[in-house]
Amino acid sequence: MDVEITVRVDGRDCRLTVDTRTTLLDALRERLGVTSPKKGCDHGQCGACTVLLDGRRVNSCLALAVAHQGAEVVTAAGLADGDGLHPLQQAFITNDAFQCGYCTPGQICSAVGMLAEAEAGWPSAVSGDFDAQKVVLDDGEIAERMSGNLCRCAAYANIVPAIAQVAGR
Amino acid sequence: MLAGAPDGTFLGGGTNLVDLMRLGVTTPDVLVDVRRLTSDRIEELPGGALRIGAAVTNSELAADRSVRRRYPALAQAVLSGASGQLRNMATTGGNLLQRTRCAYFQDLTTPCNKRQPGSGCSALHGHNRDLAILGWSPECCATHPSDMAVAMTALGAVVHAQGPDGQRQIPVTELYRLPGDAPDRDTVLGHGELITSVDLPALSFGASSRYRKVRDRASYAFALVSVAAALDVTDGLVRDVRLALGGVAHRPWRATRAEEALRGEPATAERFRSAAVAELVDARPLSGNAFKVPLAVNLIVSTLLELAGGQP
Repeated sequence: MDVEITVRVDGRDCRLTVDTRTTLLDALRERLGVTSPKKGCDHGQCGACTVLLDGRRVNSCLALAVAHQGAEVVTAAGLADGDGLHPLQQAFITNDAFQCGYCTPGQICSAVGMLAEAEAGWPSAVSGDFDAQKVVLDDGEIAERMSGNLCRCAAYANIVPAIAQVAGR
Repeated sequence: MLAGAPDGTFLGGGTNLVDLMRLGVTTPDVLVDVRRLTSDRIEELPGGALRIGAAVTNSELAADRSVRRRYPALAQAVLSGASGQLRNMATTGGNLLQRTRCAYFQDLTTPCNKRQPGSGCSALHGHNRDLAILGWSPECCATHPSDMAVAMTALGAVVHAQGPDGQRQIPVTELYRLPGDAPDRDTVLGHGELITSVDLPALSFGASSRYRKVRDRASYAFALVSVAAALDVTDGLVRDVRLALGGVAHRPWRATRAEEALRGEPATAERFRSAAVAELVDARPLSGNAFKVPLAVNLIVSTLLELAGGQP
């Protein structure tokens, strides 16, 4: 069954007709040519497909496109301001936080979402003071909060400092 | 809503359902997106109880200040599950209804009585390291994967459901079935019965609660064994206690035997251990998970000691 939907992707309004079973990931990549989110596992387990959906990081491979009519989607390709890289993009370069680059767009979108969550005071599974007003993003917190993004090249050792740098540490 | 669609089902965040559809395990012909049909708010009820709308996301639930303060075990349980991305999408109702992660259930090529009644249970004499030690039957030894449900079980949560026959309230301890000879039915809910909210009753010592999860990795893995506990110690005696186990059965396991053994007793490691042993005395490990029995006992003792340590 085909349904017409409108989504805003990286600042652009897009209208398209999709089968109801189409995921947001496939709509982005196959239909709209937005290939920055990657299909790593297609089961919501690797995070390579992470995008920001109405400001929150999600696995686009598990989101049905028709369930997100009118949503605002930001992919890694939509983070830069013209030629001005997003601070996280710059930090990933400066800290050598990727090798093959396949997980990288998902890592960066996830980190953007994660920093917003920390800013909002959300605790994590490793937060010691559970009721603290402010989140302190030490390496343990970053690793826990980013645990949904796998990197087969194991660039984790540089991903964490890249994120820490943008977090102000 | 699903009256005319016997093969239809409800869609929340889709984090389990869409995956199962892709695997071919679940094949609904109609999906009803219920995220806007139920409340996405957490509201305070008279008397100090909290009502959690079924559409509240896992992230919002765990971040809520009232939940963190009054029922830290629940927030910790939610945060210990899945990933940040999944918690942002997953709903309260969907989390309760997620299906087992037994590998054979998810694999169309292997016999599974839950997926296909009568086909057999591949896990009983196969890979069962992550499966049940309590309440299993020869038909099925699957475990329920939800962390949130374990904490809700310990805290005495009550589910509100709305169906073709009207509304009803179901304590979480009665929501899930044991597999018996009908493992294809995870819960007592009927077709078309929608979870609308979950009530957390006021619990005077809820703030003295904890969720501990033991798993193969430090993050992003299901529980081998988990414990949700709330403990009220006064003058060195257990005034009241709530205890539930995850990762050990087809449903979160409310440890009523251990609770009864502890009430009124000294809050000591020795008493905690004998109560835990009493709870696990009927455990029947499978070929690959005997380690879960001492692990469960140790985890109960360790968690209760941690909670008791904060109280005189």
